[in-house]
Amino acid sequence: MHDLAPLTPLGAPAPHCDDIGPLRIAETPDRALASVSARLGQEAACKTALGALIGADAPDIARYTGGTPLNSFWIGPHSWMLEAPYAGHSDLAARAKARLGDCASVTDQSDAWARFDLTGEGIARVMERLCNLDLAAMAAGTARRSVVAHIGCHVIGHDSAHATLYGPRSSAQSLHQALIMAAKSVF
Amino acid sequence: MRLKTGGQIDRSTALRFQFDGRDYCGHPGDTLASALMANGVRLMGRSFKYHRPRGVLSAGSEEPNALVMLRSGGRCEPNSRATVAELFDGLQARSQNAWPGLKFDALAINDRLSNFLTAGFYYKTFMWPAAFWEKLYEPMIRRAAGLGAITTAPDPDAYDKGFLHCDLLVIGAGPAGLMAALTAARAGARVILADEDFRMGGRLNAESYGIDDIAGADWAAQAVAELASLPNIRLMSRTTVIGAFDHGIYGAVERVADHLPTPPEGKPRQILWRIYSKRAILCAGALERPIAFANNDRPGILSAGALRAYANRWAVSPAESVAVFTNNDDGHRTAADLVARGVKLAALIDTRADAPHCPGVELLAGAQVTDTSGRLGLRAITVRLANGQARKLKVGALGVSGGWNPNLALTCHQRARPLWDDAIAAFVPGPDLPSGMAVAGAATGAFSTHAALAGGAGMAMQALADLGMTGTAPDLPRAEDTPTRITPFWHVAGNKRAWLDLQNDVTVKDVKLAHQEGFRAVEHLKRYTTLGMATDQGKTSNMGGLAVMAELTGQSIAQTGTTIFRPPYTPVALGTLAGRFTGREFRPTRLTPSHHWAVEQGAEFVEVGQWLRAQYFPRAGETHWRESVDREVLATRGSVGVCDVTTLGKIDVQGRDGAAFLNRIYCNGFAKLAVGRVRYGVMLREDGIAFDDGTAARLAEDHFVVTTTTANAVPVYRHMEFARQCLWPDMDVQLISTTEAWAQYAIAGPNSRKLLQKIVDAEFDISNDAFPFMACAEITVCKGCPARLFRISFSGELAYELAVPARYGDALIRRIMAEGAEFDITPYGTEALGVMRIEKGHAAGSELNGQTTALNLGLGRMVSTRKDSIGAVLSRREGLNMPDAPHLVGLRPLNPQSRIPAGAHLLEIGAQMVAANDQGYLSSACYSPCLQSYIALGFVKDGQKRLGHKLRALSPLTGEDVEVEIVSPHFIDPQGERLRA
Repeated sequence: MHDLAPLTPLGAPAPHCDDIGPLRIAETPDRALASVSARLGQEAACKTALGALIGADAPDIARYTGGTPLNSFWIGPHSWMLEAPYAGHSDLAARAKARLGDCASVTDQSDAWARFDLTGEGIARVMERLCNLDLAAMAAGTARRSVVAHIGCHVIGHDSAHATLYGPRSSAQSLHQALIMAAKSVF
Repeated sequence: MRLKTGGQIDRSTALRFQFDGRDYCGHPGDTLASALMANGVRLMGRSFKYHRPRGVLSAGSEEPNALVMLRSGGRCEPNSRATVAELFDGLQARSQNAWPGLKFDALAINDRLSNFLTAGFYYKTFMWPAAFWEKLYEPMIRRAAGLGAITTAPDPDAYDKGFLHCDLLVIGAGPAGLMAALTAARAGARVILADEDFRMGGRLNAESYGIDDIAGADWAAQAVAELASLPNIRLMSRTTVIGAFDHGIYGAVERVADHLPTPPEGKPRQILWRIYSKRAILCAGALERPIAFANNDRPGILSAGALRAYANRWAVSPAESVAVFTNNDDGHRTAADLVARGVKLAALIDTRADAPHCPGVELLAGAQVTDTSGRLGLRAITVRLANGQARKLKVGALGVSGGWNPNLALTCHQRARPLWDDAIAAFVPGPDLPSGMAVAGAATGAFSTHAALAGGAGMAMQALADLGMTGTAPDLPRAEDTPTRITPFWHVAGNKRAWLDLQNDVTVKDVKLAHQEGFRAVEHLKRYTTLGMATDQGKTSNMGGLAVMAELTGQSIAQTGTTIFRPPYTPVALGTLAGRFTGREFRPTRLTPSHHWAVEQGAEFVEVGQWLRAQYFPRAGETHWRESVDREVLATRGSVGVCDVTTLGKIDVQGRDGAAFLNRIYCNGFAKLAVGRVRYGVMLREDGIAFDDGTAARLAEDHFVVTTTTANAVPVYRHMEFARQCLWPDMDVQLISTTEAWAQYAIAGPNSRKLLQKIVDAEFDISNDAFPFMACAEITVCKGCPARLFRISFSGELAYELAVPARYGDALIRRIMAEGAEFDITPYGTEALGVMRIEKGHAAGSELNGQTTALNLGLGRMVSTRKDSIGAVLSRREGLNMPDAPHLVGLRPLNPQSRIPAGAHLLEIGAQMVAANDQGYLSSACYSPCLQSYIALGFVKDGQKRLGHKLRALSPLTGEDVEVEIVSPHFIDPQGERLRA
């Protein structure tokens, strides 16, 4: 095991967490990510193989599918993000590639994104200050690409009291500031 | 004065406020206008052009007259309408456009000069001498013109922006809007009800009549209470819908904290909302229009409906004795209400000879108000009776009603044209409304309360049906259903000035002048006279102007038409449009994984795109940035330096056709690049101009990593995606950005390999033989951390770029610094990076500037003729390959210590500094501590054949003039021995 200590996207050894009113905004760095894109002509095979990998149907357009322990969400035509707990899956991309074989291109994205989880009441009221997604009407398991405070993000609605944002890691601080600002503006 | 009883104000609570430094008291529920009126203040401002005394005209956002400066310091907001400024304890307001004071204003001399200051006087008066315009006329006019003064202090408040979604947006919470909202919300639709007032109810709050058996205001309050109890409706008071945009999108400004002394900590003062609606019902009511007559602008002359609203809603009257001047039955309603509220009514003057009798009121039928008097406020009016006799009435206030205009601005924001309706003598919404919009209530020209309630309910039922929802038509409450009776009457004939546009001081005479001078089309009339061009956008004045022009041209008003309605409906502060993201938060900031480490080192940062990059690392005792940069360069070339290059774009390219794809993207060959090797590549635009340069590393047969310049990371990715999806969809290629995923460091200098050997795990041989120049590999460092190593060099030294997952970037830079201590390792920033690449002759953004080709850059032979690639064909255009085409060369001053300014142009020695003599320009320049000389890169005509030639480098901007010699662009190690060492 190497001896380099990781930092979270916000630049600290431990994840940051804020409670503002009924809402909790938590930095969640313990997720491994790998992008999966179907090779040309292998779209159906890739989707089937991805489904087998996560133990459920591969998510359809703008959808998120939770599995155990692998989750996946749609990110583009014939493209998905695979998600798993980082502990035990730091080599998620390599393991996925081994399972998907030549039907997919797989890229490690674990360190490309900063993840924030919003839990509690009032998520939609906060997010309406930041992006044009209609979170109040978003069905559970929806995964959308949107611009949050001028930052391109993946927004996943789990239920009315839980949403996940994936924003670019380098902009974690700006995204975090925007979330805090919006929450304080509402609560 | 405050009436003894009534009004929707809380008399038990006193609110103190100031106007022009004097203390006054009002009550919750008051506006600044009503509170001033209650305190006997009629004079509130001076007019724009003539500096005429002015008071309140209206009771709403259409107000053209009562404009004040609200608050102080950074919160000072000029041109605020007193009629919509909600009173709070401690409110400060000042009058504007008056000097030295409101009662005596020196610039009121303009009023005496009115014969010279007619419409268009600017264009006629200030024509000559031409030189006077900039020096004299414009400064003079600017000083004299304008209304309030903007503060130069920063605004301490925050403004939010947001996005809302609904099935149905109801605009306006009068009887039509409330009924529409009730109907739709009861059916379960997702509804937003927006109203600009702080109290919902619209005219129901201003009228005396009831609905069913209760007062209209009480019915409105009940309706609002029911709506508030429903979970599927959002009630937005203090919210003005300012524009109707495409696809059912509306803009709205919510004044969240304008009614408070200061917003609560962290809370916005206003929010600019973008509302996405499936359907919208506009229930914006109607605006009363005045009648123009001589001196109709004095404080105390109001629209009749406003006079009624002040009496009923705020229990105030501007004077003890008032009169009403009307051409329609609604003026009679004002007279009756005023009498009922105990105000002395001197007379009801009706232009109609057959005007109906009004109980308890002296009716002067067939009469007209011909003049008024009172310097700072109305004292008397002169009435010409039906029999031609003149009669003077001593009154302190006059309510004027020329009829009501449906408030159709939002219906026309997408260029719809309204239709003329003779029955109400007004324009009504036309058929081509914005998509998804319907109109109900007075905004359609249906002015009775019953019609408003019925219209609101009906349009809501229609909207529900359109949305595929089922609703129940409500039982309509009983309400007045008085027909509209009006005889159009626009202005009283006379020789004195009669105002149409009170805010811009446009009179009937001005319209006549415009007609006389040929400016007859409505848009010309508007611009020649400035009618309707003030911040009120002519809400109370446009119709009068159009009617006068129609009269003069002999056309109907319908033929004359209206000017274009444009958003915003009411003025919006620039702070609101800007929102939260201003100053340092104007755009997101991107930080590298070792940013905090760099901060600890005292780095100075520079913005590159959105990234913050360490520019240089000053040390104690260094007083100038160049000392730091020179030290960093010498230390790197002397031993080893480390630079954070995380910001360079990284694009993961996979697929069976990855190599073939890159072969088409880059102008040089990539098809045969071996696994484990890196190649420098140049991308061209379709037009043959150089687009970007960088490297591509082949990690596997079907896996490449492309690097781009920092600035072009996104454009290159977009370019490649376009090529993949649109140009060559039959290629098996997958792309994804990995710029964020890796922390990457350049380790450069003769000791870089020795340093790396301490970090790279032992099983990976990075000796020169095993890992030569332009090699790459996936390795591990620090006992197992996954990493990528590239042997590439931007500095010209033996150099590597080492990448690790971003989470380990901070730890890795600390490890590199610790292990490099024995080599006196030096972190270096973008400045030293820039110096070293100029010394080496490497092109960067200054050379890849959108004007240069591969040929210009000295890379012409890289454009392969054995394959096709983007831009290759057009790079062979004759115009890009002329014999004197510019080439990238190096330039050294004859005196090594003479600074060469970047951007300077090159001329033959002795040649005149004119464009025709231009020989080229300098793109990059620096001081080279290695050569102890200033050096530069630049483009010189046929430069590669002119080595040794001397030129002048001139900068017209800085005045510098330096003699330079053309040399090779490779100042350091031209044979590349160091980087291959």
